[in-house]
Amino acid sequence: MITLFVNGQRHEVDAPPDTPLLWVWRDTLGLTGTKYGCGQAACGACTVQVNGSPMRSCVLPVSAVACAQVTTIEATGDRIVQALQRAWVKQEVSQCGYCQPGQILSAAGLLAGNPRPSDSDIDAAMGGNLCRCATYVRIRAAIHDAAATLRA
Amino acid sequence: MSAITNLGRRRFLQAGALLGAGLTLGFYLPIGRAAQRAAGAVSANAVLAPNAFLRIAPDNTITVLVKHLEMGQGVHTGLPMLVAEELEVPWERIQVESAPADAKLYGNLAWGGSTQGTGGSSSLTNSWDQLRQAGATAREWLIAAAAAQWQVEPGTLKAENGTVVHAASGRKASYGELTAKAAELPPPQNVKLKAPGEWKIIGKSLPRKDTLAKVNGQAQFAGDLKFPGMLTALVARPPVFGGKVKTVQADAARAVPGVKAVVSIPQGVAVVARDFWSAKKGRDALAVEWDESGGAKVSSDALRAQYLELSKTPGAVAADRGDAAGALKGVSKTLESTFAFPYLAHAPMEPLNCVVQLKDDACEIWAGSQAQTLDQATAAKIAGLSPQQVTIHTLLAGGSFGRRANPTADYIAEAVEIAKATRDLNAPIRLMWTREDDIKGGYYRPLFVHRIAAALDAQGKPLAWIQRIVGQSILAGTPFAAMMKNGIDPTSVEGAANLPYDVPNLRVELHSPQVGVPVLWWRSVGHTHIAFATEVFIDELAAAGQDPYEYRRALLVDQPRLRGVLELAASKSGWGAPLPKGRGRGIALQESFDSYVAEVAEVTVQPDGSFHVDRVVCAVDCGVAVNPNVIEAQMEGGIGFGLAAALHGKITLKDGRVEQSNYTDYPLLRIGEMPKVEVHIVPSTERPTGVGEPGVPPIAPAVANALFAATGKRVRSLPINPAELKG
Repeated sequence: MITLFVNGQRHEVDAPPDTPLLWVWRDTLGLTGTKYGCGQAACGACTVQVNGSPMRSCVLPVSAVACAQVTTIEATGDRIVQALQRAWVKQEVSQCGYCQPGQILSAAGLLAGNPRPSDSDIDAAMGGNLCRCATYVRIRAAIHDAAATLRA
Repeated sequence: MSAITNLGRRRFLQAGALLGAGLTLGFYLPIGRAAQRAAGAVSANAVLAPNAFLRIAPDNTITVLVKHLEMGQGVHTGLPMLVAEELEVPWERIQVESAPADAKLYGNLAWGGSTQGTGGSSSLTNSWDQLRQAGATAREWLIAAAAAQWQVEPGTLKAENGTVVHAASGRKASYGELTAKAAELPPPQNVKLKAPGEWKIIGKSLPRKDTLAKVNGQAQFAGDLKFPGMLTALVARPPVFGGKVKTVQADAARAVPGVKAVVSIPQGVAVVARDFWSAKKGRDALAVEWDESGGAKVSSDALRAQYLELSKTPGAVAADRGDAAGALKGVSKTLESTFAFPYLAHAPMEPLNCVVQLKDDACEIWAGSQAQTLDQATAAKIAGLSPQQVTIHTLLAGGSFGRRANPTADYIAEAVEIAKATRDLNAPIRLMWTREDDIKGGYYRPLFVHRIAAALDAQGKPLAWIQRIVGQSILAGTPFAAMMKNGIDPTSVEGAANLPYDVPNLRVELHSPQVGVPVLWWRSVGHTHIAFATEVFIDELAAAGQDPYEYRRALLVDQPRLRGVLELAASKSGWGAPLPKGRGRGIALQESFDSYVAEVAEVTVQPDGSFHVDRVVCAVDCGVAVNPNVIEAQMEGGIGFGLAAALHGKITLKDGRVEQSNYTDYPLLRIGEMPKVEVHIVPSTERPTGVGEPGVPPIAPAVANALFAATGKRVRSLPINPAELKG
């Protein structure tokens, strides 16, 4: 049994220790907002926050995050995530939507450390999150928008 | 069921019979599928289903059924808007549901109406009359119901805001209050559609219906489903296309905790386990010996060389106007270029997956299906059922770009085979493809080579244009092969055989070699390579002393819409204004799927040849702009998608093996590579046409032409090799 704290809730998970965290969410806990895209930390669709930092959960063995505080897109109380979600809606960012939970959690990591990111800050922080629909123009706009809301 | 609802049901069936093409069968459905199954228990629930696309419930819930797949392009928004417009209901009141698979009710009218599917940027245009008619019929039916209830003339009533109003008496009833009465009435005939001047919804950038669920993790894709007892399957496939299993050592796989079964299927060997990770470990533990004797031993470099040779020989004639060969002779000024394009994978962010529940007399499938009734037919055949026994639940797709509209229904077929082979487990099967499976899995945009020769007159205008195109046919051997004429796959020559420029002598020839690598349409299909070849070549012709924009403009005779987008893109981009050294501006245009797009790209090139696309100005004419915001988003996305191919896209094969495996070696566009994009929509009253694909074709040639402007170096093959641009 491995103890996980997900979105503030404690879970005891019975999974082989090498199971990537992603599949613990998806197949064991039923938190399916976190997506599988590549299995190699190459696309960012599986991004979650571990102790406040964005991490790719598809390559992170569950045993490595025992007792860590993990936030997924299903977290409803996070102020930065909420601001980003509202900005994403306002800017109509999503097309297919599959990568967007990962985009939002990477953006949350950026805004947590940089309340006023420039375009190049955004490009650097978000460079590991792929969007095949190429919603990038709007992702940039939504991050600026959320940052402004959070500063206000 | 009560007498009333039974009466309603008969009425609707009768109504359906009267409604004619496009609204062929009415049906009566209580809300929701669970409720539908328990129909006997919801007797008082007089849901009005005036046609296959709309349900109005007594509680005023209004549901639009969308027959097309929502894969990001916005059909769950654009199509319901057409219904809402005619029905006179506020946008926020509309709920959206995917329609079930049914070729009769939900066939794509742009595909002849007998196949349900999404592609060719046809969703909006084939639904334009159908869905407005659906909304208008319901509106008039509800008005008739109110007229009967209040004993007044229908002409004295008005539908507004989801209610029917009798201004003279001040009476008002919500649609929900009128469904029971409407059920007693025959369907209205000769319903009149609103005039464009009366539109309240069409033309507005109303919010997408799927936005909120896509940012809070609630949006459901097929791989997100979980059913009691569901098992997950991964398949080991042969390393070459057409390979077969020779021997399997499965003991180690079976020993992996969680693995429930290892079964051979025609496509390979499936490992079925309690979850993804067990299935993955099980598959990794398989030892399969493959028989590659019947497989394709293709190497893409050799293929490209062969195609270049083939392009020197005459092919099947796709267009022949005037005497191009004759005109080419005896003209002093001629130009010839060749262009080459690699295989490309669709690589949607959501890898292929689906869930199949197979029973003795029924098969249920949950998938982001882009061609529901093709999938249904294949599943039925494998399962030994009739198509009517196969239910397809269409979920959102995490991108598709053509990949999930496969005439062979490849991944659906695999899942049904696995379900069949594991019938004794009596479990729903969730088939998952890994990213490696996706990149190596074939069904690529075919490798193509073009050779174009032109003769110019004294003023530099093209007198003759001969284009030879070499590449695998997408349509041959599929149910769509009927679209081929005289051996010509129209998707291999679209935009070339109908070259928009005023060239008096035109000849287009095609070679369609059979290679054994599975190919498929890839967002904008033939236009992905044809627009590049023709739009770079026309730039080459212009480069003999003329401005590329003015040159195109002069040659667009009787092409007002292409000329319109060309002029708009040029003027909005500041065409002609000088740029500093190392920067360049390029233009390209393409009509695809009856929409017209021109794009101007601005690039900055470094001395080492590396470059960045800074800005793209896009002009689009897609007829009536139903939802301008969705159109802009599709242009932005199409530009990014096309740019990914221009900068990075390349699937190569060596000895039949695909050399790429994941996003690490098949890179997509990253945010830092995305230019600023400005989209300008041409105001139009023409019938609306699609926007999912037409943004793609012009971007790669626009960038190549901009690179020429900046460096004087011509790009004639994709992806662009920066080393060739070095100063």
